[in-house]
Amino acid sequence: MPTQVIMPQLGESVVEGTLTRWLKKEGEPVAELEDLLEVTTDKVASEIPSPASGILLQVLVEEGKTVLAHTILAWIGQPGEEIPAAPRPQPAGHAAPAALPSSSPAAAPAADLGFISPIVMRLAKEYAVDLTQVKGSGEKGRITKRDVMAYVEKRQPLAPVQAAWETPADGDLFRPTELVFAQPASAPVPAPAPVSVLPAQPAASAAPAVGDTLIPLSPVRRAIAEHMVLSKHTSPHVTTVMEADMSRVSAHREANKAAFAKEGVHLTFTAYFMAAIVAGLKAQPLANASWSADGILVHHAINLGMATDLGEGGLIVPVIRSAGDLSLLGLARAVNDLSSRARSKRLLPDETKGGTFTLTNHGTGGSLFATPIITQPQAGILGAGRIQKRAVVINDAIAIRPMVYLSFTFDHRILDGAAADHFLAKVAETLQNWV
Amino acid sequence: MPEMTLIEAIRQAQDEELARDPNVFITGEDVGVRGGVFRATMGLYDKYGPNRLIDSPLAEDSIVGVGIGAALYGMRPILEIQFADFIHPALNQIISEAAKMCYRSNGEWTVPLVIRAPYGGGIGGGLYHSQSVEALFAHVPGLKVVIPSTPYDAKGLLKAAVRDPNPIIFLEPKKGYRLIKGEVPEGEYVVPIGPARISRPGRDLSLFAYGMMHHYALQAAQKLESEGIDVEVVDLRTLYPVDKETILNSVRKTSRALIVHEDNLTGGYGAEIAAIIADEAFTDLDAPVRRLAGPDVPAVPFSHPMQDWFMVNPEKIAAAARKLAQW
Repeated sequence: MPTQVIMPQLGESVVEGTLTRWLKKEGEPVAELEDLLEVTTDKVASEIPSPASGILLQVLVEEGKTVLAHTILAWIGQPGEEIPAAPRPQPAGHAAPAALPSSSPAAAPAADLGFISPIVMRLAKEYAVDLTQVKGSGEKGRITKRDVMAYVEKRQPLAPVQAAWETPADGDLFRPTELVFAQPASAPVPAPAPVSVLPAQPAASAAPAVGDTLIPLSPVRRAIAEHMVLSKHTSPHVTTVMEADMSRVSAHREANKAAFAKEGVHLTFTAYFMAAIVAGLKAQPLANASWSADGILVHHAINLGMATDLGEGGLIVPVIRSAGDLSLLGLARAVNDLSSRARSKRLLPDETKGGTFTLTNHGTGGSLFATPIITQPQAGILGAGRIQKRAVVINDAIAIRPMVYLSFTFDHRILDGAAADHFLAKVAETLQNWV
Repeated sequence: MPEMTLIEAIRQAQDEELARDPNVFITGEDVGVRGGVFRATMGLYDKYGPNRLIDSPLAEDSIVGVGIGAALYGMRPILEIQFADFIHPALNQIISEAAKMCYRSNGEWTVPLVIRAPYGGGIGGGLYHSQSVEALFAHVPGLKVVIPSTPYDAKGLLKAAVRDPNPIIFLEPKKGYRLIKGEVPEGEYVVPIGPARISRPGRDLSLFAYGMMHHYALQAAQKLESEGIDVEVVDLRTLYPVDKETILNSVRKTSRALIVHEDNLTGGYGAEIAAIIADEAFTDLDAPVRRLAGPDVPAVPFSHPMQDWFMVNPEKIAAAARKLAQW
């Protein structure tokens, strides 16, 4: 009896999904729990494991189609088995196999590079060198340290990747600024990879000129676009900016990094920003609210979204639930967990929902301050800029301090300037006077 | 600055220390009237007399035993063992007494003595006049082991050894006694015991050596320079306590290490350096840590062709370094 492959319900609130890719072709064998297809919802991409072992007998839904959850996508069975004419009705409320992350497919076998010495291994990691691109000059073509360094020197000087505001506390805060906050090397922005041009794309609005490239809209891109337009149309955005001295946060982080690491937690600045936002929201509950026709809905729970850049994969905002109840350790652990799973596309769909406030770390790209767009239906979003050593005046003396700009964009329907500044001042003060 | 031989620098150091401190005296076989078989104490008997240049019986355990007793009484003896090959009868005195005295008396008694011994082969000395004994003593905590390679270091290190409160094994590469010449400044200076010296900075490979092998290493490095291999040469100078920092910094720079000594390979001093590098600079390595040493045979042969087969020389070092640089 062949087995059905059905569109899973990727989270309680998700009703449909787009079948982005079949990982097996019709007629190919597949093992139970082997990844069979990729499904994308408006926020999450998931690989769906095969429910049974056998041959992919028939594919019913082609790539790119969006279908309701529980739709039959394909049949798996033994060769020659007959496919039932009509699908059996699904019992109501029957949940699809959970879209829990299965183990990722085995990586492609690496090219045989011969023996990799400890220093070559280390340098390749430090300079992000793809060793398959390096020509070896050692015995039997082995890649030597010199080969790696020659390769690094020849290519554009890519500094080891530095997240602007994660960097300083990894080093000594009181080294010269240019060392601590080394500029990412002025490597030219790589040209976008040629994206396949859709042959018969009807261009309704813009006439493509020769040489233009049309990038098809991914579901994620479309969702982001729709939400941004919606938000700008919905809330009157106002942005206010303050700055905070991060000396004490940096010192605290430096002093506690090792202890956190023992707990398996990488202590990042994000955790401190989250904690400061919690303090700000407790002092100004109106910033933790939503506009509704009946009135302003002030939320009791503080659920903090953290905007996470996925590069070409767009942007995703996983939510730390009940952040108001979490210690710094709890926040740091949640930040670690959500950001790593967001980057590996292993978030559960419901983990991006229910946020009441959002933090965006635009400083990672070097940005000092920004005017972020509110995640609807929240009242505000806080942008943390790059932590940068600046000369500041303290007690009429000029001092060098690691400073950060905090940009708070708020919905002017809910908050007025003074109320917004009250929140932001509390955030800045919490960071500056960290104990 | 006057140029002098290694042996002359050693003679001068002893002369100056005898003049500086009345507690310094020298004893050993033929060190007095004859001025030493290698002439390391030439003229000193006439200058300082028979109470300070004491000819000993042919009994090395007695030479060291007398030295330990005198040192415990506050003297600063310099003991000459005519050839390092003859030091073995004195091992009990050196290892079980001199090395342990400070420790077992909880620091109340120290044994400030220097045992000078010419060591090494390549001089046609055969089985009983060619041995290298440094590994034996570098294994014994409580001793310091010093091997100078240049006249400048020989003088400065020997003077530092005389003033050191610990028992010091001061091994002199006898093949270099008259072969090696170098500038030695007039007047007082000491070279501290401990630090190694980078005698030739380089980028591609670190060559660690001491004594006569250090000079051979420099010659090999010069030869390799013409082949485009940039060798860093480190003269260890003190084997115990060893200068880890200089060794590790060099390997961190070059990522390749070759250790050279003429003593035989197994259990030789090079194994210690190799272990330190493997332990503390593993992630800096681009190639295996290699040793070039004498073969594991019981002695340096007397026959000249066989002696040549035994001895490490600049060509053998260059070949080993070249192979390692190309690894």
